[in-house]
Amino acid sequence: MDGFVASFQNNFIDDSRYLYLVQGLGMTLLITFFAAILGILLGFLVAIIRSTYEKTGKMKFANSICVLYLTVIRGTPAMVQLLIMYYVIFASANIGKPLVAILSFGINSGAYVAEIVRSGIMSIDSGQLEAGRSLGFSYAQTMWYVIMPQAFKNVLPALANEFIVLLKETSICGYIGLMDLTRGGDIIRSRTYEAFMPLIAVALIYLVLVVFLSSLVRKLERRLRASER
Amino acid sequence: MSAESVKAAANASGSNVLFEVKGLCKDFGNGLVLDHIDTTINQGEVVVIIGPSGSGKSTFLRSLNLLEEPTGGHIFFEGTDITDKHLNIDTYRQKIGMVFQHFNLFPHMTILRNMTLGPIKLLGIPEEEAVALAKGYLERVGLLDKADAYPSQLSGGQKQRIAIVRALCMNPEVMLFDEPTSALDPEMVGEVLEVMRDLAKGGMTMLIVTHEMGFAKEVAGRVLFIDEGKILEDDTPEEIFQNPKSERLQSFLAKIL
Repeated sequence: MDGFVASFQNNFIDDSRYLYLVQGLGMTLLITFFAAILGILLGFLVAIIRSTYEKTGKMKFANSICVLYLTVIRGTPAMVQLLIMYYVIFASANIGKPLVAILSFGINSGAYVAEIVRSGIMSIDSGQLEAGRSLGFSYAQTMWYVIMPQAFKNVLPALANEFIVLLKETSICGYIGLMDLTRGGDIIRSRTYEAFMPLIAVALIYLVLVVFLSSLVRKLERRLRASER
Repeated sequence: MSAESVKAAANASGSNVLFEVKGLCKDFGNGLVLDHIDTTINQGEVVVIIGPSGSGKSTFLRSLNLLEEPTGGHIFFEGTDITDKHLNIDTYRQKIGMVFQHFNLFPHMTILRNMTLGPIKLLGIPEEEAVALAKGYLERVGLLDKADAYPSQLSGGQKQRIAIVRALCMNPEVMLFDEPTSALDPEMVGEVLEVMRDLAKGGMTMLIVTHEMGFAKEVAGRVLFIDEGKILEDDTPEEIFQNPKSERLQSFLAKIL
């Protein structure tokens, strides 16, 4: 027990080393939050273009750009994308590492969100679109009032899962020299030469975050279901 | 002169043609489903469309509000060619009520919201007014107590009655029914037909694709028999059912009656 306390003292209290974890957690949450917003915007845009093409045959050119985007992003590792974004695309532009990470993870997540949302849109019975159109709603209005609310509800669990994956995936941003939660723990390890305490702490923080987010989603799902009964 | 008075003037002069269909064709890519259909629907008519499955009767009905885009020919609605690509289809569709086989109520909205969404968002009717209108219709079909329910809480017959009054809330000039009772349990068919009967009595122009021959005999002013994409017979229900001329209609009636 004394050993545990001493180790805790050494890893987190001495030299205020816990600050590596606190600041790292802040960076992880910042990147996840803004990447998620970017991912949602991109994902919904791509999903709407793709399903509009599939349902009506319109937006052929935009659709092929979307297909290219999905193929490239889903066909390469997120870490390679991050490295290319930092060392190639923004090599000479000085826009700050957090922004590079947000863009990289946002663009990555958008591809997965797009396919989730598209499957949600396509799962809505075509009679819903016909009913909306036959009342006189335009395609866009029918999407907004009729299709998207139902599709969103159907894909909410998958969408939330994608953002939980995103939160964990940001742990690679140490590779471009950003101090996120994972890198913060790793810095402590390199200072104290103790691996157990800092790495288990990092893992526990991720775990608590994921469990908390999952419970929020379950609550939201229950509320959405209740509105239909 | 307002649109209403133009219409009134047109009616007074004896021209009360609602739909004029000329050479209507539809090809899904494997032969003509509709093969040069010509017909005229007048205001106030109740037209029942019968025919074997796959004959094109549903496609014909759905073409009238462009849920199926014609591949040839023209459809005139009150003199306007609706197959014209430059026409705003949405404003035109507001005038045409459509009832589907599978109801197609919006499951994420209450019954009241299902009925008031169109009037509020499309016709610009104030919410209180739209609600009052919807409740009036709900009372007429005996479902006022379901105003705040969701579609999943209703029986098939109730859903279809709601689908009918949802369309009526848009104050359409014509109602299209695409096999409105085909998805219902037998004991629920009556309540839906009852609503349609009332509507016909009220003078609504109606086109109905149905297999309910008894209903057709009773309510229709005119029956169209469609087979292989063509209107083979177009006559009064008496003539169609008692004195079928074409061999196809005779064998069709022999099979179903």
